[in-house]
Amino acid sequence: MASVLVPEIPAPGFSFENCQRNAFLAKNGFPAPKATKTGTTIVGIIYADGVILGADTRATENTVVSDKNCQKIHYLAGNMYCCGAGTAADTEMTTQTVASQLELQRLHTGRTVPVETAATLLKRMLFRYQGHIGAALVLGGVDRTGPHIFCIYPHGSVDKLPYATMGSGSLAAMAVFEAGWKPNMNEEEGKKLVRDAIAAGIFNDLGSGSNVDLCVIRSSGPAQYLRTYEEANVKGKKQGSYRYAPGTTAVLKQRIIPLEVESVAVHTVQPMDVEASHSRR
Amino acid sequence: MKASIIMATAVVNAYTDPCLPEWMNAPHSTGTSIMACEFNGGVIIGADSRTTTGSYIANRVTDKLTKITDQIYCCRSGSAADTQAIADIVTYHLNFHKMELGEPPLVQTAAAIFRELCYNYRDSLTAGILVAGWDKKNGGQIYSVPIGGMVQRQAVSIGGSGSSYVYGYVDANFKPNMSKEEAISFVTNTLTLAMLRDGSSGGVVRLGVITEQGVERSVVLGDKLPKFYEG
Repeated sequence: MASVLVPEIPAPGFSFENCQRNAFLAKNGFPAPKATKTGTTIVGIIYADGVILGADTRATENTVVSDKNCQKIHYLAGNMYCCGAGTAADTEMTTQTVASQLELQRLHTGRTVPVETAATLLKRMLFRYQGHIGAALVLGGVDRTGPHIFCIYPHGSVDKLPYATMGSGSLAAMAVFEAGWKPNMNEEEGKKLVRDAIAAGIFNDLGSGSNVDLCVIRSSGPAQYLRTYEEANVKGKKQGSYRYAPGTTAVLKQRIIPLEVESVAVHTVQPMDVEASHSRR
Repeated sequence: MKASIIMATAVVNAYTDPCLPEWMNAPHSTGTSIMACEFNGGVIIGADSRTTTGSYIANRVTDKLTKITDQIYCCRSGSAADTQAIADIVTYHLNFHKMELGEPPLVQTAAAIFRELCYNYRDSLTAGILVAGWDKKNGGQIYSVPIGGMVQRQAVSIGGSGSSYVYGYVDANFKPNMSKEEAISFVTNTLTLAMLRDGSSGGVVRLGVITEQGVERSVVLGDKLPKFYEG
C-alpha cells in the first residue's frame, strides 16, 4: 500500500501499457503523427587543404515543403561539422548530443578531438538504437592526422571515404562526384564540385531544393561556414505591373455628408442598503 | 522477425518509412564474396569490395578484411553495422586479453569470442564471419562463424552471397600445403568467379597474407583481375 511514509516504487524498465491502445487507435484510422523527414542532398569531399561539406536547404513533410531555408550542416566542434539527412529531429539531437560530448572530451584532454572520435560516438549511439534513430550523416573534419570524411548510416555502419553523398539526392550528387572528383583539388575546384553536386540534387531530386550551403574546413585555420553560398532558385523579375498611379481614374462628382455626434449621459441611482448591517449572509 | 538468411537480400527488422526510397532505410548489407585459405606459411584472406543498400552500391571500395590483432583478421559478411560492431567489441576484448596474457592471443581465442557474441545475440544479428590468423601454437588457422553462432575450423572457407557460386571451384582446386603464390592466385581466381556471377559482389579484390612475419595487404584492381569465359 502506498502512503506518505512508504511511497510506492514505480515498476522499473519500459512501460508498454499504451501499445495496445495505440494499435487500436491506428487500426481505427488514428495513426501516430509522423516526424519531419528531410528529403535531402548532403555531400562531403576531401581536397588539398582539408574538407568541404555541402547541403541543400529544403525540409519536407510528405509532399509539403515545410522549410525553404533550413540548416543541415551542424556544428560538432571547431574542426568538425556534420551534415544530416533523415528525420530532422533525430539528426539535430544526435549532433547536439555528440557535440556536447566532444566539447567535454576537448576540455578533459586539452587537445583538438580527432574526427575518428566523433565517428565512433555517433556510430555507437546509432547502433545502440538499432536504426530507430533515423539519422544518416556525412561527417567531415580535420585533425593532426589530416582531413577525414565519414559516412554514417542509421543502423550504425561507417564508411571512410574521400568523397561521400547521402540522402534522397545522393545518386544525383554521386554522379557528379564520380565524374569530377580527383585527388588534391584546390579550394576553388573543390567548392565548384560540391556546388555542382548539391545543384544536381536540388534540380533532379524532388526531396531536395532551395539553396546551397557550404562549409569549408581547412587544415590551416578555422572553419568557414558559407550559409546560402548560392541561391539555386532565384525568382524571376516581374515584367509588368498591375499598380495604377493615384489620379488615373477621373473623379466625376463629390458629396460630403457631415456626421453629427450627440452625446447623452445616463445615470442610475443606487438605492441605499437600509436593511440592518448586522444581517449575515 | 528474422528473414531467411541470404546475405545480399538480408532485409532484417527493416525499419521502413514510406517517405524514403527503399535503399535509404534498408539496412546496409555487405552482399559479399569472402574467402580464407591455409597455405604452407600461414593463411590468405580475401574479399570483394562492394557494399549495397537495396540495389544501390553505397561503397564500391569497402575493406571487408578487418584487423582484430596484429596477426588476426576477420572477413565480414552480412549486415555492415552488425559486423563492424562485433569486430570492434572483439578487438577490445582481445587487446585486453593480450595485456593480461603478455603475448599475442591465439586465433582460437578470437574465434571463441566471435562465437560467443554471434551465438548469444543470434536473434538480433545478421553476421557471417571468417576469423583467420597466425599464432605460435597452431600456425595459420581459419575459423568459420556462420549465422547461428557455430564455430568450425576449416582449411579453406568461403562466405557471403557469392560463395554459393564457387563451392564447386573450391572443392576442385584446393590443395593442402600450397605455396604462397599458388594460394594467392587460387583465392584471386575464386573471388573473381564469385564476383562475376553474384550481382551483389563486385569491385576490386582485397587480399591479406598472414604469416609468422605479419600481414601483407594488397589490392587487385578491376582491370587486373584474371579473365574467364564471358559468353
